[in-house]
Amino acid sequence: MSTPALKEWPLWEVFVRSKQGLEHKHCGSLHASDSEHALQMARDVYTRRQEGVSIWVVPSASISASEPNDKPEFFDPASDKVYRHPTFYVIPDEVGHM
Amino acid sequence: MNAPIDYLLHLADNALILGQRNAEWCGHGPILEEDIALSNNSLDLIGQARMLYQHAAELQGNGATEDTLAYFRDVPDFKNYTLCELPHMPLMAATSAGDRDFATTIVRNFLYSSLMVLVWDQLQNSKDAQLAAIAAKSLKEVRYHLRHSRDWLVRMGDGTAESHTKAQTALDQFMSYTQEFWTTSPAEAAALATGTGIDMAALQNDWNQIVNEALKEATLQRPAAGGFVPTGKQGLHSEHLGFVLAEMQSLARAHPEATW
Repeated sequence: MSTPALKEWPLWEVFVRSKQGLEHKHCGSLHASDSEHALQMARDVYTRRQEGVSIWVVPSASISASEPNDKPEFFDPASDKVYRHPTFYVIPDEVGHM
Repeated sequence: MNAPIDYLLHLADNALILGQRNAEWCGHGPILEEDIALSNNSLDLIGQARMLYQHAAELQGNGATEDTLAYFRDVPDFKNYTLCELPHMPLMAATSAGDRDFATTIVRNFLYSSLMVLVWDQLQNSKDAQLAAIAAKSLKEVRYHLRHSRDWLVRMGDGTAESHTKAQTALDQFMSYTQEFWTTSPAEAAALATGTGIDMAALQNDWNQIVNEALKEATLQRPAAGGFVPTGKQGLHSEHLGFVLAEMQSLARAHPEATW
């Protein structure tokens, strides 16, 4: 009974991996009082409780995003150096999707 | 072998009436996400009611359908626990109105789903194969309902002084109504005798354990149950069910032959 009431619930980002999905995808955000609460809400709001899905919730404050202004030095240098991309190999058919 | 119709109706009416009550929260939840959770809970319950009504209607014949069972029976025909029909607010006399109280809703959902996780689990072994299948489906849903309501019970009981008081008030109000779980109605006795139903009294210890552990974690006091034993499952209801049905059935009764 000693916990002070939260005036505002923090924001959480929700990542869901669907039943056949390979990786978690960001699908939205919600306000919740803690991680367990955020998980339950994400389950209702974003997955409709489908079986076999995995949910990650992350406090929005924990995410560091790259700055749009950083784009030139972050991303552009790679595009003109074709040797950085392993595109010169022929992938054998039996390997399939890679 | 099929379960007695009155037994199926008892299970169906519990789900329908509590589903109707939870649906009253639509657009009124404390926050958007909780609004969705309560609607979700309500949709699960109405889904359970539909499956049970369809099964009962088939056994009953004479043109009965899930809709005639939901919309064209009156208070004495409904076999739900009295607990399910009470309003979402501390009890008041007659028609006096109050605000929806989230703690009341959560405590009721907690007490009911603590029971139904045990009931559906056992009913998976019912000799009525259709009822056993409904139980298997409903068990998954009710586990989620229990998790949701238990979680909130602990948050409110172990929250602020005000939330603690509200949760305790709701618990004080509802605990007596749970006594109905353990008395045997004629329909339950008949279902037990054919192996299609279960012995409710045998679930009492497990239910007590689920409830007591949660209350302890929530720092709430379990009130002593009083001498009053409600009889909703025998068709003798509180004054509240009539109002629930009047609202729920009005359209169907105004246009009895309509299809929608």
